Amino acid sequence: MKQKQFTQILGFNFLRMCMFIVIAALVVILYDITSKGIGKINWEFLTAMPRKGMTEGGIFPAIVGTVMVTVITAILSIPLGMGCAIYLNEYARDNKITRIIRMSIRNLSGVPSIVYGLFGVVIFVQLMHLGTSILSAGFTLGLMTLPWTITASEEALKNVPNSYREGALALGATKWQSIKTNVLPYSISGMLTGTILGLARAAGETAPILFTGAAFYLPFLPKSLSSQFMALPYHLYIMATQHHAIAKVRPIAYGTALVLITVVFLMNLFAVILRYNLRKHKME
Amino acid sequence: MRRYLGILAVASMFLASAVNVNAQDMLQIKGSDTLINLVQRLAEEYMEKNPGKYIAVTGGGSGTGIAALINGKCDIANASRLMKPKEITQANERGADPKRVVIAMDGLSVITNLKNSVTKLTKDEIGKIFRGEITNWKEVGGTDMAITLYGRQSNSGTFVFFRDAILKGDYSQKMNRMNGNAQIVEAIKQDMSGIGYVGVGYVKDASSQLNVVKVASSPGADYTSPLNSNDVKSGKYPLARPLNQYVNGSPKGATRDFIAFELSPEGQKIIEQEGFFPIPDEYRDFNRKSVGLE
Amino acid sequence: MIKFKEKLIHGIFFFNGLLVVIVLLGIFALLVFTSIPAFKEISLREFLFNSNWNPTSYVKSSYGIVAMLVSTFMVTLGALLIAVPLGIGTAAYLSDVASTRVREIAKPTVEILAGIPSVVIGFLGIVLVGPFIAKVFNLHNGLNALNGSILLAVMALPTIISLSEDALKSVPKSYEEASLALGATHWQTLVRVKLPAALSGIIAACMLGMGRAIGETMTVLMATGCAPAMPESFLGAVRTMTSSIAIELGEVPYNTTHYYALFGIGLVLFIITFLVNMSADIILHRYQKVAK
Repeated sequence: MKQKQFTQILGFNFLRMCMFIVIAALVVILYDITSKGIGKINWEFLTAMPRKGMTEGGIFPAIVGTVMVTVITAILSIPLGMGCAIYLNEYARDNKITRIIRMSIRNLSGVPSIVYGLFGVVIFVQLMHLGTSILSAGFTLGLMTLPWTITASEEALKNVPNSYREGALALGATKWQSIKTNVLPYSISGMLTGTILGLARAAGETAPILFTGAAFYLPFLPKSLSSQFMALPYHLYIMATQHHAIAKVRPIAYGTALVLITVVFLMNLFAVILRYNLRKHKME
Repeated sequence: MRRYLGILAVASMFLASAVNVNAQDMLQIKGSDTLINLVQRLAEEYMEKNPGKYIAVTGGGSGTGIAALINGKCDIANASRLMKPKEITQANERGADPKRVVIAMDGLSVITNLKNSVTKLTKDEIGKIFRGEITNWKEVGGTDMAITLYGRQSNSGTFVFFRDAILKGDYSQKMNRMNGNAQIVEAIKQDMSGIGYVGVGYVKDASSQLNVVKVASSPGADYTSPLNSNDVKSGKYPLARPLNQYVNGSPKGATRDFIAFELSPEGQKIIEQEGFFPIPDEYRDFNRKSVGLE
Repeated sequence: MIKFKEKLIHGIFFFNGLLVVIVLLGIFALLVFTSIPAFKEISLREFLFNSNWNPTSYVKSSYGIVAMLVSTFMVTLGALLIAVPLGIGTAAYLSDVASTRVREIAKPTVEILAGIPSVVIGFLGIVLVGPFIAKVFNLHNGLNALNGSILLAVMALPTIISLSEDALKSVPKSYEEASLALGATHWQTLVRVKLPAALSGIIAACMLGMGRAIGETMTVLMATGCAPAMPESFLGAVRTMTSSIAIELGEVPYNTTHYYALFGIGLVLFIITFLVNMSADIILHRYQKVAK
């Protein structure tokens, strides 16, 4: 009897230790970035252009660049992702094609980010003559985000009870009408929530934008969608490895890292709040 | 929700267009990490004197800059080496006509840690070390310690120049390939067993924290230092090299203006302040013949 | 008329669904077509079996990827050695031992960890993990395979934890109840009944984590030292396939042999991650069939 209990206590504590290590890892990460980055954060850092060979000034163009690229990513990823999810959940039958589609989605989410970059360089930069630009980078990221958007949208659609659909059909609506009026309004919040989480991931990605548009230094903000851009994750990368005075700009790197994880965190928070609000709204 | 997205999109476009600049007016300079500090400083001075002109200087290594020039993606390629014949052919195939201008002189410096007793090496010894044939400091008069090599990656002009001028063979596969001059400096400062090579401009601020190795071109010849401007200008220092910029065809307009500024006494003074050396007369003649500027 | 509109809409959505298949096939096709020209100058044997990658060599260009393959697998193996026990342990804790309150803290923690961008993790590899490793092992610098493995473990953990936890949760409660009824402790139930029952799901989770590690670019680029030689130990610098592409793609003029060869590496990478993901899929599928 005692032996069994002893083993259990030992075992459970081992498991507890595993979890603590994982939590500790996160704490260390957040503590290091925040404590060493917060000193740099001030209004100037967030709104000024970099100066003196990027050893002074701010990271405003990187923030703007990231925002602009994420918008393009959303424009590509949201409609295509939602459309695919609607097909899978509302129209598709359980046949071979559907299985292939689902398998493709799973495989797309496992494709390395640098391979998406390679794809972007050939298709968007060269073949479609978009050059290294916000459009090329945004489209590349859009493709990368598709699996997440589709999965999240499908979850949201699944959550709409079948009775909603059947009710509309019983009243004589066509399939599309029933989807449009009885499914989409109730699932849109979930779809968008999931999409925003995917966009948060895209905002932090570096490999796909390395060769499709991210620039080391531009003295002004991107004039149009076909110009190159600075971006937060790429800025962190070059501040940490390629700058010609890396020891001097280490604090700027920390500040950039902090801004980046804050942006990602805020987007996640926004998604959660949005879901809560829209759900509440629908209840009324 | 669509409303939020729409507002966000409009806001960012608005922000972008708030800066009233035509991207065509921007001079795009890419390439060498050795030159980047220097050219960025020159660009900043130039932009201050000429408001309304914009210059973007980015790095990536000489190879990256030259590739960008061949691909039509930049106006000026900074290069700390010469273009290879293969690259010139590729450029011509794409309708480009690369012209070279020398803007400064570099004394490529071999650096070791302050605690390392080895401060003099012959050109031959350096080659053997970086080829991986000499692996311990005791073989060149130092302590019994394995040598740790720090160099650049293959896109670096310094990588290529150092290899072609000194090694005449391939680097040891064990060499740590750093992303830039600054990383090599930082690594050597912390690694007692390290040896690396950087442009002399990167040594000027750190000369009290590193050994700058004196180099003899052959056993028995004088050991010269890259910090001695006469030895660099005369070519007595074996690792003296020109720092170049390549343009497509004869430079015109903004490109021409900026290069003229770099070659002017004011520009050359900035180059000295950054730790490099001004152009000797022979290269002034070369520049005149190549791009019509001096 | 309405019938036509309905059919049209159905068709549009169907095409939308098919789009993902097209994209996947497109990526594969692109990699194949853009790497084929490389093999006009490089022999397939050299590419796949030579360990010397030196396209810009002074002497003779060589395009062997074996050293890169070994590097990739080394850091991945190291990452799994760390992440699999930690991940399964944490998942088991969350599903079986943790109180609701603890779970409410732990789950968001794992999600936040999953959301940290790879470049931030790589940055910490340079400024935090690197110096630590250098001090512990008395090395000159801490940018090596061990560093990469630790960082990749951090990135793979959330995948392994969530999916393993899902697998454990889907073990029918009747299994658990039967075991307890027979007098087993919770621990014995967990180890001898639940874990084996959830094994396929857990293996699939670990394989997906492995796929994540293999495909990761920025983290290894920043933290592993990037020396192209054949790796000798975990404390030496390595250069993975992903790093090689990221480093060299910027310096090649488009449409040269070197350029095509980089796409060749991309193709190998794609095939490897595809196989890993497919295997995870098959294992999961079989598991779901058994569970039914």
